[in-house]
Amino acid sequence: MTTEVNKKLNVEINGINVGCNTETRVLDAIRSAGFDVPTLCYDERIGPQGTCRLCLVDTAVDGKTQQVAACTAFTADNMKVETHSDSIKRYRKTLLELLLSETSSPNACPKCLSFKKCELHTATEEYDAKWDAFPPLVPRKKADDPNPFIQRDYDYCISCFRCTNVCNDWEQASAITVKDRGQSNSIASYFKNNLLDSPCTFCGQCINTCPTGALTDKKIVNKTKANKLERTQSICPYCGVGCGIHLLTQNGELKGTEPDFSAPSRGSLCVKGQFASWEFVNNDERLKYPLIKEQGKFRRGSWDEALDLIKDNFTKIREESGPDSLVCWSSARTVTEANYLMQKFARVGIGTNNIDNCSRT
Amino acid sequence: MAVMVGKGAMTNSIEELAGTDLLLVAGSNTTEAHPVISLRMKRAVRNGAKLIVVDPRKTELTRWATRYLQINIGTDIPLFNAIAHVMIKEGLYDREYVAKRTEGFEELTRHLEFYTPEYASQICGITVQDIVDTAREYAAASGKAAICYTLGITEHSCGSHNVQSIANLGMLGGNFGKENAGVNPLRGQNNVQGASDSGALPTDLPGYQKIERPGVREKFEKVWKTDLPKRRGITKITAMDQMLRGRVRGVYIMGENTVVSDPNTNHAQAALEATDFIVVQDIFMTDTAKLADVILPAGSFAESEGTFANSERRVQRVRAAIKPVGEARTDVDILLDIMQRFGVNQNLKNARDVWDEMRSLAPIFTGISYERLEREGGIQWPCPDETHPGTQYLHKDEMDSGMPGYFAPVDHIPPAEQTDSEYPLILTTGRRRSTYHTGTQTGRASGFDLLVPSELAEINPYDAEQLELRDGELIIVSSRRGSVKVPVKITDRSPHGTVFMSFAFPELTQTNRLTSDAFDFITETPEFKACAVRVNKINTPK
Repeated sequence: MTTEVNKKLNVEINGINVGCNTETRVLDAIRSAGFDVPTLCYDERIGPQGTCRLCLVDTAVDGKTQQVAACTAFTADNMKVETHSDSIKRYRKTLLELLLSETSSPNACPKCLSFKKCELHTATEEYDAKWDAFPPLVPRKKADDPNPFIQRDYDYCISCFRCTNVCNDWEQASAITVKDRGQSNSIASYFKNNLLDSPCTFCGQCINTCPTGALTDKKIVNKTKANKLERTQSICPYCGVGCGIHLLTQNGELKGTEPDFSAPSRGSLCVKGQFASWEFVNNDERLKYPLIKEQGKFRRGSWDEALDLIKDNFTKIREESGPDSLVCWSSARTVTEANYLMQKFARVGIGTNNIDNCSRT
Repeated sequence: MAVMVGKGAMTNSIEELAGTDLLLVAGSNTTEAHPVISLRMKRAVRNGAKLIVVDPRKTELTRWATRYLQINIGTDIPLFNAIAHVMIKEGLYDREYVAKRTEGFEELTRHLEFYTPEYASQICGITVQDIVDTAREYAAASGKAAICYTLGITEHSCGSHNVQSIANLGMLGGNFGKENAGVNPLRGQNNVQGASDSGALPTDLPGYQKIERPGVREKFEKVWKTDLPKRRGITKITAMDQMLRGRVRGVYIMGENTVVSDPNTNHAQAALEATDFIVVQDIFMTDTAKLADVILPAGSFAESEGTFANSERRVQRVRAAIKPVGEARTDVDILLDIMQRFGVNQNLKNARDVWDEMRSLAPIFTGISYERLEREGGIQWPCPDETHPGTQYLHKDEMDSGMPGYFAPVDHIPPAEQTDSEYPLILTTGRRRSTYHTGTQTGRASGFDLLVPSELAEINPYDAEQLELRDGELIIVSSRRGSVKVPVKITDRSPHGTVFMSFAFPELTQTNRLTSDAFDFITETPEFKACAVRVNKINTPK
């Protein structure tokens, strides 16, 4: 069996050859060849569900043709894959129109308006699917949930179950589940469906995996405009895991954060990284100018005044009591470069090895 | 651990935890303190791995545990020594690995002779059967067994010996230098690793190069064009004592709320008040900043360029998305300015220049350039040159120290402060998922008051009954150093005789007014995990 695993397969995607091993799924082969198909129920962290059927592609192995869901099917030697044949495109369009018929208007999608075009509506545009192609069904009800973090507009839910899968399989928090069957199904939690009464830890992973506008960050939604939003790649400022985040800015103002799925943390965050990593930056209590204490009270000072005062006092103490009468405490909260400068300042600027950081406490 | 194998850092990578056969998690409330690391642990369990949790508190992670060892506070060494004892006695250790890669096995064997499971059981409160089974399970997973620990192990007066008793197990099981294995301290703050990496340590220059090792100082003197002080510096804990004696007269504190985060608040505050001149550089007016003579307003992470190094030694780029508020300036800019005023002659203009100087002087970072970080994302040190991919796990072919791994025969040392009739309970401190450290940041995030509204003293239902406490009532917790008011939460997460608190709500409850000033005699890490307290009701008319 071990020899099978490492065996190289020849696979052709839309005429382009890619090498795969026997454990490669068709979807991964497609993406490695630089193509893509819509995958509304797929999250790489929980693996394939094969329920939305939008990733259906034409395959042929030794003349035997088959249509398979790319997310679940494995590649085979000499497999030829075609991702965008006319019949497949027509099929995807119809499938999307059926999904659209159970949701509210694409024009009012909270994710598309405030963040970026959601996966459902990106596919809708690509395949020119029409919202009103089929008689509309009554969309699912928005959840009346007072939690301050997660907005649950289920009128955009397409029952892909990524949220429940992430919650149960990835986070293993088991806060939400699918209630009822078919068209009357809904995403529900205990009691009155209020997440604050559930085991929800507010990690926000349901928001981040949702392919539509059904789940959004309540602190940001309706306060930003998707077309004006800029993203800066950075790292969460809390614990030592160092999860990747994007800082969201609009007109030079920090408006929120999102997880960075390209980082080793694979898009995961906890409640702090998801919902507490930016408001403090904009807080009114931020220190905005140097302060100098006189007769026990702080007054505003200039940078020159403050830095010269430090120089004068440290120099005086050093002359009177020697360099080892001064200490510098660096910070595990700020960037490594600032820590480097702090230790160099202590050693070169003052002349002491009395430099420590807060890692002990 | 550094003395035994070379480096005190996570040996392996976070992602690897998901692929282990066995996880032994000691003194780590991972689901709350490192939620995203706990995802890999839960994944491992779902994949069929065993998860052994060692903790006095019945933490959330115990729900996933295949074996839960509810240990008495501060008795880790007897437990780990006894596990090692069983592994040796039953011949379950990795003989080939021990022969090839370690030294001191005979001494260890002799030393562990009297650490029988029966003896350890009496001290640590874990059954003989559990100790023996743990040893057998850990040994059976040899080469694919990872140990993770955090402050529950290190924040004791015998913290470094605790770590060594754990590292002994790692070597006996042949788990250093293998994928999905290792011994992994999970770092607390976002850039704890980077702060130490950078040489902000009294004994080390950048990249863990010892000041007192011949040749090291000279290398830096050449590049920095100056003579460097020869004698090692003092730690924070020592410095605070020296402040009270008038020997340390000035302090420059960057980004740290010392008064709230350090043990024995009254002592820390008195030390700073005795100091002639205090500079605080921070983003908020913390309790520590209030004691300063000069406060410098710093830029937050969202306003700064630079890098953080995470728990798995991965250097990752931090980028500025906005300008600093008001007249605030980034830490790097402030320090560059102040160094110029002190006549430090250097040609550094920004974070990238600073990083380039650091990597030119510290071989473990030399291959990590900003260009590579831009292109490839985070890179794990050691990374000696720019063609090196970075190091997923340490000690692969030999210990990082270049020497054999030394077994450490260590003995049980009880917590410095014991309970007595006046202070009959043990206070142990820690973290909660929705609050961070002293609360200066999470305290300013809307909605978080709904998750944990205030500090809570968690007490076992049995103790609560004895003390006639009702859930939620305000109580006074006192130690030999001070007392605080706090609402009580009755829960069996706390074992008998124990009070648990965090320190994220300093406005109302300054938990560290209670904690002990005992510290580890090697690393000087404070003993936050054990001090003696008493609980009193606030007398209200019936």
